[in-house]
Amino acid sequence: MKRLFSLLPATLALAASLINAETLLIRNATVLTVTKGTVENGSVLVENGRIAAVGKSVSVPPDATVVDATGKFLMPGIIDCHSHTAIEGGVNEGTVSDSSMVNIKDVIDPNDINIYRALAGGLTVSNVLHGSANAIGGQTTVIKLRWGKTAQDMIFEGATPGIKFALGENPKRQGQPSQNFFSQGTPQERRYPGTRMGVEEVIRESFADAKNYQANWKEYKDKTTRGEHPVPPRKDLRLEPLVEVLEGRRYVHAHCYRSDEILMLLRVADETGFKIRTLQHVLEGYKVAKEIAAHGAGASTFSDWWSYKIEAYDATPYNAAIMARKGVLVSLNSDSDELQRHLNLEAAKTMRYGGLSETEALAMVTINPAKQLGVDDKVGSVEVGKSADLVLFDKHPLSNASKPLKVWIDGHEYFDRDKDLEIRPKFQADKKNLLDKENAKGKEKAARPTSL
Amino acid sequence: MHCKLILAAVASFALSPLLSEVPSAIAIKDAHVVIGSGAELPKGTVLLRNGLIQEVGPNVSIPADAWVIDGAGLTIYPGFIDALGTWGIPGASAPPGGAARTAGAGPQAPLPQTTSTPAPRIRGPEDRPQTYTNERAADLVSPTDNRLDAARSAGFTTSATFPNKGIFEGLGAMIDLAGERSGNMVVAQPIGQQVAFRVGGGGMGRAFPSSLMGNISYVRQLYLDLDQYKKAKEAYDSHTGGTPRPEYDRYLEGLAESPRLLLPADQSQQIDRMLSFGAELKVPFVLYGLHEAYRRVNQIKTANVPALVSLKWPEKPKDADPADTPNYRDLVMREQAPAVPGLLAKAGVKFAFYSDGVESAPDLKKAIKKAIDAGLPRAEAIRALTLTVAEIYGVADRLGSIEKGKIANLTITKGEAFDEKSTIEYVFIDGKQFRPSKEMQTGLPAGSRTRPTLSDTAEIKESNR
Repeated sequence: MKRLFSLLPATLALAASLINAETLLIRNATVLTVTKGTVENGSVLVENGRIAAVGKSVSVPPDATVVDATGKFLMPGIIDCHSHTAIEGGVNEGTVSDSSMVNIKDVIDPNDINIYRALAGGLTVSNVLHGSANAIGGQTTVIKLRWGKTAQDMIFEGATPGIKFALGENPKRQGQPSQNFFSQGTPQERRYPGTRMGVEEVIRESFADAKNYQANWKEYKDKTTRGEHPVPPRKDLRLEPLVEVLEGRRYVHAHCYRSDEILMLLRVADETGFKIRTLQHVLEGYKVAKEIAAHGAGASTFSDWWSYKIEAYDATPYNAAIMARKGVLVSLNSDSDELQRHLNLEAAKTMRYGGLSETEALAMVTINPAKQLGVDDKVGSVEVGKSADLVLFDKHPLSNASKPLKVWIDGHEYFDRDKDLEIRPKFQADKKNLLDKENAKGKEKAARPTSL
Repeated sequence: MHCKLILAAVASFALSPLLSEVPSAIAIKDAHVVIGSGAELPKGTVLLRNGLIQEVGPNVSIPADAWVIDGAGLTIYPGFIDALGTWGIPGASAPPGGAARTAGAGPQAPLPQTTSTPAPRIRGPEDRPQTYTNERAADLVSPTDNRLDAARSAGFTTSATFPNKGIFEGLGAMIDLAGERSGNMVVAQPIGQQVAFRVGGGGMGRAFPSSLMGNISYVRQLYLDLDQYKKAKEAYDSHTGGTPRPEYDRYLEGLAESPRLLLPADQSQQIDRMLSFGAELKVPFVLYGLHEAYRRVNQIKTANVPALVSLKWPEKPKDADPADTPNYRDLVMREQAPAVPGLLAKAGVKFAFYSDGVESAPDLKKAIKKAIDAGLPRAEAIRALTLTVAEIYGVADRLGSIEKGKIANLTITKGEAFDEKSTIEYVFIDGKQFRPSKEMQTGLPAGSRTRPTLSDTAEIKESNR
C-alpha cells in the first residue's frame, strides 16, 4: 500500500500548508504583468507564496530554487468567471424556481480530474456556479485549483460569496406545456415560470420576501436591545442570501442572453436596491453596453460561441470588445470543462475581433475577472504583494502554438508538464497491475463453483 | 396412596412438556469464552438465567435446574450486532445505498409518485420532503421478518435497525433478532436518526430536493427549524397566558428525540464534508459507509467520531462491459477498502461493521473475513461486531460482552469465528437457544451437488484454452 502512494503524485497526499514557504526565482522570462507592462528578460521572486519582486535584475537569495525561464513567457494565473467544474451530486437544484438555500460550497469535489486538466491549461482560479435552471439559483463559490488539497482548502479565502441568477430560456423551460424536445416532464410536473415575465416575477417576489424577512429580523433585534425577550423569527436559508445581496455582501452573477432581459434585470435591481455584479454570457450585451456600464455591472462572455439556441442567435465575436470600449468591465469565461483549458486562446480572439491590444486581451482572463470577483488585490496580475499565481508558457500565451509548462498557486507548483509526462508510465503500470490482479481474482472465483 | 402416586404421575406428565420448552437456566460448560472486553477464558462456563447472563468464569458452580451444554471444542463470543440495517422490519428493501451511490444519479430515487392522485408538489424545505424523523424502527419490527433466520445463522443476535425511506429515515432501535412478540425484540430505542442523501431522480419541476446540495441544505434547515421550535416552545411554556401557541410539528418532535445523527460518507471528500457538517450541526454524530477511509484515517481519529464500515465491499460490477477500463480511483478503492477496518483499529478509531444489504450467512462471513485477511486482527473484528457497537449506541451496560448481568446474547462457534471451516453451532438471544442450520451457513440446499452456473462454465473454458 505504501508503494501505491509513493507512485501517485502529490494528488492524493495532503500537504500541511497551502502557502509554499520556499523562495523561488523564475529567471529571464518575458514577464507579462498585465497591469505594469511587459518586462523582457525579467525575473520574478516569490517568497512565502507572494510575489516579492519583479524586474530585469532581481537579487537572488542564496536558498532560492531557481527556474530558468529563458525564452519562455510568464503571465498571471488565468481566472475563469463561469465554471461548473468540481461539483458533486448535481449542478442544478432545478426542482424549485428559487433555490437560494443551496450552496455550491457544500458540494465541491476536489477529485474532479477536470481541475487538473484545467490547471494544465493555466487556469488557477474558478468562479464555481450553480446551473441556470432557476431564476434564482444557489449560492456560489470561488476556488483556487489547488489540486490534491481538500475541498475546504480549495476555497479562495477572502473572496466575496456569490449567488447565481438565470434569465431567459433555461429557467422558463419547465413551465411550458408543449412537449417539444426541450420541455421536460408532464403537465403535473410543470414548474412555474413558463415565460420571461414569470422569471422577472420570481425575482421580484423573492426579494419582496427577503425585504419582509430583513424587517422581521430587524424588529427582533430592536426588541432585544430594548430588553424584551421575543421569540426569534425562523431562520430561512432561502432568504438569508437574498438579504446579503440587499446589503451588498453577496455578489449576483446573472446568466442572461437577450438585451430586453438584461435591461429588465438592471431595472429590477435598481428598483429593489441592489447591484448586479456580473452579467454572464450576456451575448447581446453589445446592444445595451451603455446601460450595463451605467449600472456598473461587469460582463463575462464567450469569445465566439453562439447560436446553440434561439436566444443565443443574435451574437457576435465583437461582443467583448464593443462592451469594453463602452466602459464595461469585460471578462471571457468558459462555462465548460473543455474550454477552460485554453482561455488564453479565447482571449487572443478579441484582438482579431475588436482590435484589442495584447494587454487588453490578456486582461480579459486575468485582472478583469479578478476585479469582477473582488479579488484583484490578491490575484490577476504579476505585481509585488500579490499571490504568486503564475503560469509559465513555452511561447507567447496568445499564440495558438503555446502551451503551459508550469503552474504555481501561492508559490506552490501544482502543475509541471515534464513531471506529468514522466509519471505517466508508472501510473499506467500501476493501473495495469491493479486490473490484472482483479481479473486474476475473477477467473479464480469462476473456476471454483462452490460459494465458500 | 394410590391416588397420590397417580396425581404425581399426572402432575409430572403435565409439567414435562413445559420443562422441555423453557429451561429456567442454561450452562455452557468448559468452552473457550471470548468475553469481548479484552479478556478470554481458555476454559470457562457461562450460566444463563431469565434471559440474562448470571455468571461467567473458569469455575462456575452449575445449579441443579440448569440444562448443560458441553462446551468442549466450542468458542463462545458475545452475540454479533449489526451496526446499521433493517433486520426485523418485514418487507424492508435493502438498506439505503451508501453515500457513494448517492453521488450523481443514484439508483435510490426519491419515493416514486405513481399513485393515481397526483401528490402535492414539494415546494421546498417547508413541505418537509422525504422526512420520516418520527418513524420508529421499534414500531415496525416483527419476529415474522423472513430474514431473521439467515441473520442468526451468520451469528447475529442483535441489530441496530433503522427504517429506510427518505432523507431523514427515522429513529432506530437496538433489536434482538428473535422474540415471541414485536415488543420483546426491542432492547433500546431511540438510538439515533439516520440520514441518507437522495440524489437524482428529480430535476426541474419534480420534488425538492434532487441535488446533493439540496439535500444538505434541507438537513441544515430542519435543524435550524428545530432550534427555533425549541425556543418557541420554551418561551410559550414559561408564559402560556396571553400568547399564541407554537404549531405542533411531528417531524421536529422526532428530530428532537434523536440522540445522535448517522451521516453517510463513503468517498474521501464525503468524509471531509460530513465531518465538518456534523460539527456545524452541533449534534453527536456517526459516519457510515467509509470505503475510502484509508485516505482519511487521521482526520476521523482527530474528529473522534465513531465510524460504521459497510460490509458491502466495492467490487467489479457483474455486468461490466469488458471493453471498459475502470477508473483508477475505483480500482484502488476495490483493493484498499477491506483494509480500512485494520487501519482504523490501528489508529484507535471506534468503528463497527454494518451489513449494508449483505444478508446471506456465507456472504457476511466472507465479507468479515476479507477485512481480517486485509490486516484486521480477529479480536478487533469481534469487538467491532459486539462491544464497540454497544458503546457507539450507548447500550454497553447491557450488551456487547459476556459479563454478569448483561443480556444473554451469545454466538457459539466450532472453530474460530470467520475461519473458512468454522461453523456457528448455537446462537442465544435473550437466553433462548437457536441452532442455525448448516445449509444456511454454506448457502447450499441440503444434499445437493455443486452445479456451476453458465458464466462459470464459460470462464473455465476460457482458462482451459
